[in-house]
Amino acid sequence: VSVAPEYYLALAGLMFTVGVIGALVRRNAIVIFMFIELMLNAVNLAFVTFSRMHGGVEGQVLVFFVLVVAAAEVVVGLAIITLIFRYRASASVDDVSLLRR
Amino acid sequence: LIFELLVFGVMFVMALGASLAMLFAPNAVHVALFLVATQVALALAFLLQGAFFVAAVQIIVYAGAIMVLFLFVIMLLGVDRREALIEPLPAQRGLAVGLGALLAAEILYIAFQGVNLVAGGRDGAGALTALNEDPGNVKALARALFSRYLLPFEATSILLVVAIVGVMVLARRIGALGDVVEAPPTEREGQAA
Repeated sequence: VSVAPEYYLALAGLMFTVGVIGALVRRNAIVIFMFIELMLNAVNLAFVTFSRMHGGVEGQVLVFFVLVVAAAEVVVGLAIITLIFRYRASASVDDVSLLRR
Repeated sequence: LIFELLVFGVMFVMALGASLAMLFAPNAVHVALFLVATQVALALAFLLQGAFFVAAVQIIVYAGAIMVLFLFVIMLLGVDRREALIEPLPAQRGLAVGLGALLAAEILYIAFQGVNLVAGGRDGAGALTALNEDPGNVKALARALFSRYLLPFEATSILLVVAIVGVMVLARRIGALGDVVEAPPTEREGQAA
């Protein structure tokens, strides 16, 4: 008998919560992106735990798809951040408020 | 069992501590390094749960490639830049922490109670170990990925191609191909000139 899967799920939940709070509180666009990565990682942990609970590899296959989506999202997102920085010389999300004015 | 408990404890403290440290680190580079620590700890968690190949991929792709990309962009935009600590929405920080605590409580409740209610308990606890023994973790994963999940797999390849093309369009120098838009000179370029 090994460590119960509930504790892994609890860890995943706590990490996801930290990611949510960080994405809401921080102001740097790159840092916000890193907290989104943290949330995706927590979901990956939950998938692997579910895979173990159900005795199949389907959860691990899903981790791959999450990984690919995360990679694509990071690449496009960082390109957009770099572009915004080129225009405004700032990576803060508070400065990008043109639509509000 | 004692050893696994010990490794689990170290992993738990490392993952949660590093992710909490991400929250309080003022420098973007420190946030990135704490995220790397979190991902290494998660790879440990994957190993503990018999997902060997996913653990290796986690280290190589996440802690390696993606985080290097993050650090590269942080360096490109300037490390010395401080995050603005002036909060334009005063209530947001407390609200975020309060709602986050609520979310954590909900997820914890579901983690300890809901799984038994919805998924019918853990029926296949030993099945994954047997699967890792007989065809092997990588073989079982490849069989699932290239037979039943072949269509989503191909869809991800399309996603990657679209992402690459999109980034190439975004990263191209404005005005390099004809006169698109005249970019206003930023502070940085003004200093460089």
